[in-house]
Amino acid sequence: MKKFKISAFLLIVMLSISILSGCSQNNEKVLNVYNWGDYIDESVLKGFEDEYGIKVNYDTYATNEDMYIKIKSGGSSYDVIFPSDYMIERMIKENLLQKIDLNNIPNYELIDEQFKNLDYDPNNEYSVPYMWGTVGILYNKTMVDEPVDSWDILWDEKYSGQILMLDSQRDSIGVALKKLGFSLNTRDVNELEQAKQALIEQKPLVLAYVGDEVKDKMIGEEAALAVVWSGDAVACKRENPNLEYVIPKEGSNLWFDAMAIPASAQNKEAAEMFINYLCDTGIAYKNTDYIGYSTPHTKAKEMLDEELLNDIAAYPQPEDISNCEIFYDLGEFITEYDRVWTEIMAQ
Amino acid sequence: MVKNIISRIYLFIILLFLYAPIVILMIFSFNDSKSRAKWNGFTLKWYESLFSDPDIKKALYYTIIIAILSSIISTIIGTLAAIGIHNMQKWKKIFIMNVTYLPILNPDIVTGISLMILFIFVNLKLGFTTMLLAHITFNIPYVILSVMPKLKQLNKHLYEAALDLGATPLYAFYKVILPEIMPGVITGALLAFTLSLDDFVISFFNTGSGVTNLSITIYSMARRGVEPTINALSTLMFIVVLILLFIVNKRTSKDTN
Amino acid sequence: MKKRWISYPYLLWMIIFIIVPLILVLCFSIFISTDNGLQFSLNNYKRFMEPLYLKVLWRSVVLAGISTIICLILGYPVAMILASKQMSKKSFLLFLCILPMWMNFLLRTYAWMTLLEKNGFINKILSFFGIGPFQLLYNNAAVILGMVYNFIPFMILPIYSVMKKIDPSVIEAAEDLGANQITVFKKIIFPLSLPGVFSGISMVFMPAVTTFVIPRLLGGGQFMLIGNLIERQFLLSGDWNFGSAVSIVMMIIILISMAIISKYDKEHEGGQLW
Repeated sequence: MKKFKISAFLLIVMLSISILSGCSQNNEKVLNVYNWGDYIDESVLKGFEDEYGIKVNYDTYATNEDMYIKIKSGGSSYDVIFPSDYMIERMIKENLLQKIDLNNIPNYELIDEQFKNLDYDPNNEYSVPYMWGTVGILYNKTMVDEPVDSWDILWDEKYSGQILMLDSQRDSIGVALKKLGFSLNTRDVNELEQAKQALIEQKPLVLAYVGDEVKDKMIGEEAALAVVWSGDAVACKRENPNLEYVIPKEGSNLWFDAMAIPASAQNKEAAEMFINYLCDTGIAYKNTDYIGYSTPHTKAKEMLDEELLNDIAAYPQPEDISNCEIFYDLGEFITEYDRVWTEIMAQ
Repeated sequence: MVKNIISRIYLFIILLFLYAPIVILMIFSFNDSKSRAKWNGFTLKWYESLFSDPDIKKALYYTIIIAILSSIISTIIGTLAAIGIHNMQKWKKIFIMNVTYLPILNPDIVTGISLMILFIFVNLKLGFTTMLLAHITFNIPYVILSVMPKLKQLNKHLYEAALDLGATPLYAFYKVILPEIMPGVITGALLAFTLSLDDFVISFFNTGSGVTNLSITIYSMARRGVEPTINALSTLMFIVVLILLFIVNKRTSKDTN
Repeated sequence: MKKRWISYPYLLWMIIFIIVPLILVLCFSIFISTDNGLQFSLNNYKRFMEPLYLKVLWRSVVLAGISTIICLILGYPVAMILASKQMSKKSFLLFLCILPMWMNFLLRTYAWMTLLEKNGFINKILSFFGIGPFQLLYNNAAVILGMVYNFIPFMILPIYSVMKKIDPSVIEAAEDLGANQITVFKKIIFPLSLPGVFSGISMVFMPAVTTFVIPRLLGGGQFMLIGNLIERQFLLSGDWNFGSAVSIVMMIIILISMAIISKYDKEHEGGQLW
């Protein structure tokens, strides 16, 4: 029974190690940051720790909804989070966010006016924009010969089996709604029904409904056309020059990821310091450069390459996005979208 | 012997099936491009960045600690439970076994969220302990299911014979029962360890700030593309385990000689 | 051996960490919050009984069932070969069967995509011989392949652990009495290995029903499965009530079907409902 004794001994040792290691960090000032994975240049965290003497506890999540459940359940407390537009709106409605005192964030003036007073946070009380982008069509110039400027091409039988749609109900239904000339945020059951019919009609042409792996698929030339987020489009184009990105003329989705402070935050003061730090020109540039998404920071943007600034995927002109909409939180009505999506997928 | 050759070939094909994706995964740890769709040339940079990444180290540490602890604890609890359940009357046994199936059957998201609500309800701070408890919970059923068939196979009179010969119950358990069911116990422990290493959803909802595991790190990277650093880490882990395995194998075969 | 008390730690654990959460899920499924507080309602169950959702459940059960059968067909011989006395280095080889599962699931599945894609590894090899390319991804076969790959160790291990201790003298005795190898297998080896087979089936079938990452990545999301439906209720729609109802119904149906499978478990000691 030696083995048993050894394992029991090991168990005790490990338990005590883990308890001890859990205790050691109690006295320090700690800032708990909750962000998307790989969505910051990690040297920035180190820089913040050194400059302010506050330890940063950095955790990551994969989707807005995952983060939302964790915050809403109240089981763990974070001081800074990075929700997207509709999620900010929802969290404000449910009193899950607290107001940010912009007096403590002098660098806020460096954020482009164009990205202030947006619908999800009309008075800029709860959020500071971090990254933004659009949704559009990424296509392979060698496989598609006609000019792409409309969602209609995703319904073109010529490209049967070469189209990738997103496995996300809001985004894919949104594409159909925009194609039909409706709003992305429609609450009209008839419009939704038409979108459903369009997507069912399109389904035989679609190679797959994909998620994050769409980038590799397009780089590897597995498909001719795909619906993608602009930030990914920039990365894909860099890896495969045959790819091109357009924002269809019917309009599309404009999205934002912003920094916010949960109502349950323990350390609001440090959270504001951190947000201000991320809005510092040098730091914002560092992050933009690392992530490759579009920054709302005016000064950091000026530091970027000319080529990137002229890329419609990264920095579209105001007229390119004039038809674009931001997602609203649909509240209870989301169940209708869910139902429609189930019906499309269960075909 | 023809039969022997055929079985070896069959085994080889199954192992090929099991290892084909692993080989791919390892090859791409040397790819200069972040995308798995494109080979940009050989590089060791992911290995370099692996060693300078404190987050991955932290995640690896928690992953291994939780896997070891949860598999040991669930093996002990599960083995004892299996023995107890095996000796229960029919209806009680049927009821308990059906409840035992639930964590296997439930989608991870349901187990994860319902456990999270439970922990919050009893005011247990989400973190290391809750993650460990959650892992033990979904591991135990696999241990029970692994030990159960061995108990059915066991000769019912073996234990009684030992007692008749003057063994104490504890002694009889260690010397008679345990060696007989050992393959099942080891199977259970192995499966528990494997499941714990690879769990994402349940871990995610039952951990708190500062405690994370590799799966959480990897899944949250997915939106921006999983970095080949993780491939590099997997390659290293794989090689280390394989070397250990060879050493153990060498030593045991020496012992038997 | 009447030591039932040694299972008490587990029973306690079971009550706290399985039954209490289950009651919680049950509550979610039958109480909906309205303006005047919580209200009892079976609407969520009614909603699930629509053909739309039942179809989703049926498809999940069928795919999981096929995968389980393939796992059994492929895995049983592996367990048998490993357990046979000619085989040296048993535990080493057994370990090799589970080691791939220690690599992260997402990475493994991505690797399968690299293998199966149109410009993937297998097609490259085929094109070398002048065949293809084929679209190997995004169909039922790819989903089943993914499930078999991920669950086959859960079939091999329990069968192996039972086979290992089958008394060789029983087999020799049968052979001495003139039974050929097929008869020996049918009458002795297979019946004796049944408890292991049953455990294997439980550990493959049940998680396979609710898996959704495999169908999403390898099936291209074209087949909505029950795990996916439940996940969406909890995450995207925030409709925990409906999600809970779906899981409860699924639980009951699967436990019943497990009971039917366990009828074949001769000793009637599996863990069946009746």
